[in-house]
Order: sequence, then structure tokens, then C-alpha cells
Amino acid sequence: MKVSYFPGCTLNTTGKGFDRAVRASAAAVGLELVELPEWNCCGATFPLIVDNMLELAAPAHVLVAARDEGGSGLVTTACTTCYNVLQRTNLFVREHEEERDRINDFIEAEYEGEVQVKDIVHLLRDDIGFDAVQERVQKPLEGLKVAAYYGCMVLRPPDEVAYDDPDHPQSLDDLMAALGATPVDFPHKNECCGAYLAVREPEVTREMVYVILRSAKAAGAEALVTNCPLCQFNLDQQQTRIRNSHAGYQSVPVFYFSQLMGLALGLDATDYGWSRHYVDARPLLRERGFWNETPDAENGA
Amino acid sequence: MTESNGHNKRVMIIGAGIAGMQAALDIAGSGYQVVLVDRLPSIGGHMHQLSETFPTLDCAQCIMTPRTVDVGRHPNIQLHVYSEVEEIHGEMGDFRVRILHKAAYVNWELCTACGACTEKCPQAVPVAFDRHLEMPRVLRTGKMRHQGTGKAIYTLSPQAVPKKPVIDVEHCTYFQKGKCRLCEKVCPVGAIDFEQEPSVSEERVGAIILATGYELYPLEDLGEYGGGQVPDVIDALAMERLLSASGPTAGVMRRPSDGREPKEVVWIQCAGSRDPELGMPYCSKICCMYSAKQAMLYKHKVHGGQAYVFYIDIRSAGKRYEEFIQRSMEEDQVLYVRGKVSKVFRENDKVMVWGVDTLTGLPTEVAADLVVISPAMIASEGTRQLATMLGLEVDTHGWWVEQEDNLSPLETSRPGIFLAGAGIGPKDIPEAVSQGSGAAGKVLSLFSRWGGPPDTAE
Repeated sequence: MKVSYFPGCTLNTTGKGFDRAVRASAAAVGLELVELPEWNCCGATFPLIVDNMLELAAPAHVLVAARDEGGSGLVTTACTTCYNVLQRTNLFVREHEEERDRINDFIEAEYEGEVQVKDIVHLLRDDIGFDAVQERVQKPLEGLKVAAYYGCMVLRPPDEVAYDDPDHPQSLDDLMAALGATPVDFPHKNECCGAYLAVREPEVTREMVYVILRSAKAAGAEALVTNCPLCQFNLDQQQTRIRNSHAGYQSVPVFYFSQLMGLALGLDATDYGWSRHYVDARPLLRERGFWNETPDAENGA
Repeated sequence: MTESNGHNKRVMIIGAGIAGMQAALDIAGSGYQVVLVDRLPSIGGHMHQLSETFPTLDCAQCIMTPRTVDVGRHPNIQLHVYSEVEEIHGEMGDFRVRILHKAAYVNWELCTACGACTEKCPQAVPVAFDRHLEMPRVLRTGKMRHQGTGKAIYTLSPQAVPKKPVIDVEHCTYFQKGKCRLCEKVCPVGAIDFEQEPSVSEERVGAIILATGYELYPLEDLGEYGGGQVPDVIDALAMERLLSASGPTAGVMRRPSDGREPKEVVWIQCAGSRDPELGMPYCSKICCMYSAKQAMLYKHKVHGGQAYVFYIDIRSAGKRYEEFIQRSMEEDQVLYVRGKVSKVFRENDKVMVWGVDTLTGLPTEVAADLVVISPAMIASEGTRQLATMLGLEVDTHGWWVEQEDNLSPLETSRPGIFLAGAGIGPKDIPEAVSQGSGAAGKVLSLFSRWGGPPDTAE
């Protein structure tokens, strides 16, 4: 199955390892991701601008590229924020004729929302199938108790973006089960990670993350897994602060789903961005015998 | 049949809740015949489920039992319980109504209501009357098991009118697995009839009152409050059952998960009400009052307990209603927290309630033992179908549309068809009763205008 792929800025910079893992894992389960030849910002950072035209024009421009250059009529992304912005813009264009004309004038295109936008986990679940993923698993992550964390971007607003129960999402849990891991249910899988408060009010984010991690660990999780780059960053990085503010706190690795997927599929995972983790995930993987490495690539980007 | 200008002077009332019963008694008492239809096996509607009423703290069943008994034995009231209206033809003065009588699998003519069948039925099942509660029971082996609070052959309550049992086919071992028939063996009069078929009858009436009532917004659709996920998150009608002396715990305060007495109980207002995004935009009107009542009753049972009510604002417009709220705060120390709850989840044996206290502006957390949700009131199931059948209008939320909001609140757009009770919109008992009498007055005024003696069934 061939699908247009929109990496977005995070997966092209700090999330390169996430991106490589996504591409490799997708290919291994028969999902061919064709990167859009030319793409721009999804629009996520534009809402800071007073005029909301760019907020819509930027994603619309991406959608036009997906229509004209993708060929599949379907565009996917592994960045949950990009997904949220592209999906909502697409629906907005479909439903608002007047605004659509303004956007089209601006980007010099005739776009009416023809393209379909799907988050990659949604695609793996419904188009590839977790069963099919399970069949390709070479090294099942047996006994790995992992709590799936969804954040907000793929769940809210539910009627526009959710492909899962917004209150009790299950798709990542099911994917983890397909990979042989043991998903651990906990009540804060859809709680706010603190998002950009990490910049202005780091203590607030720290405490929000602490509540999430404490709850996941209390439920028996030895690692968390997420599909959101911002959540991954907050959940991972805030632990350096939590260690200082909560005595005796034991750190817990936070994976991207694609990292665990690549490992379970038996792929070479050395360049999945391990050194960018604030809480090193490799010791846990080595200890459990899940680490697939080539001897010289220990410090893959 | 005696008719006056071709007009039939009998009335059909659909829904035998407190509004429908009031209308029936008023009209029957004036000498006219009433056909009263309800889909449940006995009359009384939701009031039958309630523990006590506000603002008097009367025992609901005690004050309504004389009414239900009156309805049950009134010579002018013909009861069709466990029945549903299938078709309605005709117009004012000459409606022909087809009624489906569901199969009870019990011959009610023979049944003496001795109760042996229910007592001996081995199948404990969750029942709608008790809001499908499943309560823990310690088995002889010492293990704890959660069981439904009813039986597969049941009457709604010990005070049910009529008090004749029906078989719940979905849970009956015989219907599901082909074996058991214990009720048949213990019935002293041979009333159990597994071969019984549904039947149909037709009634001719000149006027109709729609008293179809309400139900609650499904708890499962309130996922952020743990609805349907956390056993100790229950809706307000379930709480009524737990508080009721005739309820599944005989009025002893116990929570569903482990049967322990809850020491901290949180009530959540406006769950699905006043929520245009996810629920209903309207106020459900009665929740402020019944939550205060429940919190007081809880405190009367659990003296050392703490009751919290999370609210947006308190709507206590009604005679002696505000005083009742004040009493709950001052005499029973119910703690009111102004703010919405954002999330309810289970943590160990507690139900964690996250919310905001908008008076302090701070997030707040309560480690509760039991959470009672006040879900939006919604129009009862089947209202829309009935509206289609009658060519009447319901609003976007499914409530009956009155002919005119201000001055014709009990009339519909069709002559001869009237409204009463919570099927029009959320309302409390006194208001529903007033509307029942109001609709009865409308019908009686029609009959009186038509003249001539009352009609009887053909």
C-alpha cells in the first residue's frame, strides 16, 4: 500500500530517529510511505499570528501537494500535531465555502478537501491491520509492560480528529499487544502533558507529567509509549526535573511507538534516536534482550 | 357505544407515570373511561424508583402507593401494562389505537401474585428498575461475586400494581439454554406459560394524552466521568435505588464495587446538561434539588460521611426549594464546591475526582468512595416513533413540541391530543402532577362540550 507521507518539522529535526523508525517499520509491514516532494510547515506554529489565514493556508498548501503529487489521495503523518492541523484544515475547507475561496486565492489553487488525512497509527490499525503487523513480528517484546500514552492531538476535538474513544483510547495499547508487549491500562493516557507550558511554566508541566508517570508506574508500567513528539519530549525531559523535586523518583523510559515497532519487527534499530532520550531507554531493552544493534553504531543520532 | 355527534368520550393515556396516573384518576373520577397504557409490567413510572421526595422528604413509594392502588382498581380505568402502542389512526373524537401486549410468559388470569416463582428463580440478573446495578455478594465458598439485583422472573417491586410477574427472556435459563422451568414447578396455580404469544387489541377513544416521560442520558456516554468503566460511578437513579428502603440493599448505604459503606461521596451536577458541545444544551431542572436530597439522605444514613456537590450554580426555583438547599448545607453539612469536574478515574479502591473550585480558582481533588452523576434528562425511548405515528413534532432533543409555549403548553398541533409530564421537558413531581391534572381538564372540557353520557368499550 502506497501512501503520501508528510514528515513535518519535528520528524525532520529533533525527531529524526522517530522518523527513521516510522519509515522502516511501515515498510516492513507493507506500507510504502512516499514523502511529498515539496512540503512546508503544517501550520501548527502559525496560530500565534493574529491573522488566521496562514494557519489555514499552510496546511491547505500541504494538502494540495498531497493531491497533486501524492497520487494515492491519502496523506499520512506520524506527527500528531501535524495530523491534527491537516485533518482539521481539511474538514474546514470542505465545510466552509467562503473561507475556502479565500484560502484558494491565497495559495493559488483549487482545493475542496479531496484528500484524505490519516494518522499513521490509524492507518496501521485500519488499513494494514494490527493482525498483519503481528504476523511480521520477529522478536516479540514479551513481558515488556508498557503504558500507552495518547495526549490530546489524536483525540480532541473528538468529532474532528478522533479515530479512537477519546476517553478510553485503545489503538496504541492494541498495537503494543500486537508487538508482543503487555499494555498496561492507566487512567491518565489522555491527560494533558503540559505541552508548551514547558516553556513558560516548567513547574506546572513538571507536576502534570509527574502525575501521569506516577500513575502509569503504579499500574505496573516499566516504560511508556506514545505517538506524539511533544508528549514524548515532555514526558521524557521533565523527568530530569522531577528527579530533583520528588525524592526517590525512579526514571522510566518513554518510547515512540515506532521505536518499539522496529525492534519487534527485528529491524536494525541503531539509528532510532536513542541518544536523544533524556532517560536512556537502552538499558531496559538490553536487560530484556530486545536490543537490536549493529556493534559499531551504539551512538546512532 | 353511545356517541355524541360521532365523538367517542373515552381517553387513552400513554405512559402510566405520575403525570399519566394523575390524568387517569381525574378523568376516571369524572365518570369517563380511561385506557392507560405503559410498556413496563406495572405502573408508577420513575417515581416508583425514588427513595424520598424533595422538599418534604416523604417516602416516594408510601405517598404514591395509594395512587397506584386507586388506578389499579378503578372501575373506569382499563390498564394495559407491558403493552405498547403500535398504530394510531383517526382523529379527535374517533381515534383507533392498536396495542401490542407483550408476552409475559405468565397467565395473569391465573396468577395469584404469591411470589414463589421469583423467590425460587435461580437466576440473579441486573434489572433496569435497579439501573442494572450489580452488587457484591459473599458466596458460601467465601469468594465475592457481583450479582444483578433482580430475577429472571420478576415484578418491579413488592408494591407493584399490577403485581404480576413477567419473564425476562434474555436472562431466563430456560429461554437461553432450554433447561430449568423451576418457576413452572413451584407455581401453585400453573400460571407459567412458556408458549405464550404476544397479542394485539384495538381501542377506540376520542382523545389522547401523551405522558411518555423521560430517561437519563446514558452513563456510558459520560466517559470523562468514568461512566460505564468505574463501578462506583453511578447515576442518580441508581443512587435512589441504593437509598430506597425497598432497594437492593434495603436502604443500607453500600457501594457497588466491594459493598463497603462509602465515607466520601461526590455528586456531579450538569453531566451532559448545559453542555452543548458534548451533551444537551438545556438545564435538566431537577438535579440541584434531588442531589441535595440524596446528599441529605446519605448523611442521615452515614453520620460521619462527607458529601460533596460539584455544581455550576444552584437552581432551586420552587416553593421551599431554596430553604431545602440551605438545610442540606447547614443541618447536614453537605459541602458545595462551585466548579465543574474534569475527570473521574479509579485509583486503588478510591474514585478520584478532579475538578476546579472556581471560588478559589484552584484545581481540586477528592478521593471519593462513590460518585453520583446527575445525567441530563432526555426524552424516553420511542418518543420519536410515537411522534411519527401521530404526525406530531418533537424538538431537536426529542421532547414533545407544545402547540404554543406560553399559553397552550398542554396542547399539541393536533386537536384531541394533549401532553403532560416530563415528555415535554425536564420537570419535577409536583409540576408533572399539575400537568396531568391540566391535561385531564382539557380532555374533560372536550367531553363536556361534546355532551351525552360517557362511552364504554364496545
